[in-house]
Amino acid sequence: MAIAVRNLTKFYGSEKAVDEVSFDVKTGEILGFLGPNGAGKTTTMKMITCYMPPTSGSIDVEGFDVSEHSFEVRKKIGYLPELNPLYLDMNVIEYLEYSALLHGIRNGLLQGRLREMIDVCGLGDARHKDIGELSKGFRQRVGLAQAMIHDPEVLILDEPTNGLDPNQIVEIRNLIRQLGRAKTVVLSTHILSEVQATCDRVVIIHHGKIAADGTLDQLQEKFHGSETICLEIKASVANPMIDIYPKLHAISSVESVAYTGQNGDLHRFSVQTQKGIDIREEIFRQAIHEKWVLLEMTRTTTSLEEVFHSLTTPEAP
Amino acid sequence: MKIYFPLRFPISFHIVGIIFRKELRSYFNSIIAYVVMIVFYALMGWFYAGNIFLNNTATLRDMFEYAGIIFLFIIPATTMRLLAEESKTGTIELLATKPLHDAEIVLGKFFASWAFIALTILPTLVYYLTIANVGGLDNGPVIGGYLGLLLMTGVYIAVGLLASSLTENQIIAFMLGLFFCVVLFFIDKMLFAVPDFAVSVLQFLSVDYHFSNIARGVIDSRDIVYFVSILGFSLYLSVVSLQRRTW
Repeated sequence: MAIAVRNLTKFYGSEKAVDEVSFDVKTGEILGFLGPNGAGKTTTMKMITCYMPPTSGSIDVEGFDVSEHSFEVRKKIGYLPELNPLYLDMNVIEYLEYSALLHGIRNGLLQGRLREMIDVCGLGDARHKDIGELSKGFRQRVGLAQAMIHDPEVLILDEPTNGLDPNQIVEIRNLIRQLGRAKTVVLSTHILSEVQATCDRVVIIHHGKIAADGTLDQLQEKFHGSETICLEIKASVANPMIDIYPKLHAISSVESVAYTGQNGDLHRFSVQTQKGIDIREEIFRQAIHEKWVLLEMTRTTTSLEEVFHSLTTPEAP
Repeated sequence: MKIYFPLRFPISFHIVGIIFRKELRSYFNSIIAYVVMIVFYALMGWFYAGNIFLNNTATLRDMFEYAGIIFLFIIPATTMRLLAEESKTGTIELLATKPLHDAEIVLGKFFASWAFIALTILPTLVYYLTIANVGGLDNGPVIGGYLGLLLMTGVYIAVGLLASSLTENQIIAFMLGLFFCVVLFFIDKMLFAVPDFAVSVLQFLSVDYHFSNIARGVIDSRDIVYFVSILGFSLYLSVVSLQRRTW
């Protein structure tokens, strides 16, 4: 286990930012730490990286406890803080050298590490430029290079693609995936597609509590064992709730039917069924039988987007 | 609540040296260094060097007096960004999550500032050479003057650094630093309203009182102890203040 977080709690004054959070990160895994803004992601990461101590609970990184062996933990972690703070008046190579020296990399190894980071992060052309002159995408590469300079076992990246344009996001994601092959990576984000694009596993955090923990497939299955079919039916009936609704509900494996709209003779329904059972054929036969005109029938499985949404809204299951 | 003692484990002067070099370089990479130096030499020229031959005595006494007062106002401008900027931009988080101690950060920055001020003082040796050439100059007060000036600027830098650790706003850090310096300098200046027993206490707290003692050429351990303790205490408080995040 690369990181083991147990009953982690953090109070800011009387406000509970992180509430009894426990999770594990396996060695070599890319874990997505997903949650809406203000959910406690950054606070948790600050505690893992020894920036601030937990109010209670424990964090163990590569076998070292953050409170007892803070120095050992810090040596093993590469950290990209939220908003990627950098010294804008230093040039890239100076800054990476400074980071390397503070990590205790001695002169013999220094040049090799600098060259490797500049290669891996694609900073060749920018190496003698002031960081303040660089675009956001390049600054992010500098931030990643800084986090990787001492070849840490664990990378903690707080919103690594925040504020980048779509092309830069793709570049940085590729870079993280590439780096992640040899490292344990925890990255936080409030963007779901980020997790889908880069992570092996996801921990969803909401109001300081863990709302879900698992692989993307597991979460999809766990939280939505049903599929939805949207129907648009044309039928001249007096009351659709009596003439159509019960007949849809009567089809086997239908779990629920919702009447979602009307426009003259057009009636819209949304039918929930058990997962993996396709009832479109039955609906079609029923329509013929009842002489409805079926104008539209679409089948949707719930996306992770909806899982995330349902987990992080007040009506969460 | 856990209390983190700032001086928990031995400090690595290797790390202090790395931070020192980075900070000193960033002084000369920014315009602040040159503005401060120009302001210092301009004011010294105006207040002191213009009258250098009017005094008609071979002494550097006035030079040290003026330098001390000018530094009182310009040192807070050189220390204001040291920690305030790191908190403002968030780079303090990068430093604090590396395997180094908060005291190493504070010491590295302190020594860089001190070295910068020492470099600013260095050209005033021109005055020394000028006067020493003209008339017989007593070297005792000159050595004492320079030592006192270094110690006094060290105290100004330490309290300026403390001010910078207390806020992320550089303007506030400047005003606060100036306030600390002014209090330390003027605390023994308006003693007419103070009862007798308090006079010696206030005098003992004043930087100027100890500076004058040393500048006379008499290096007394009490004065050295005063400077070193105020300086050390301010640096200690800066480390404590940096560790507020852990409270």
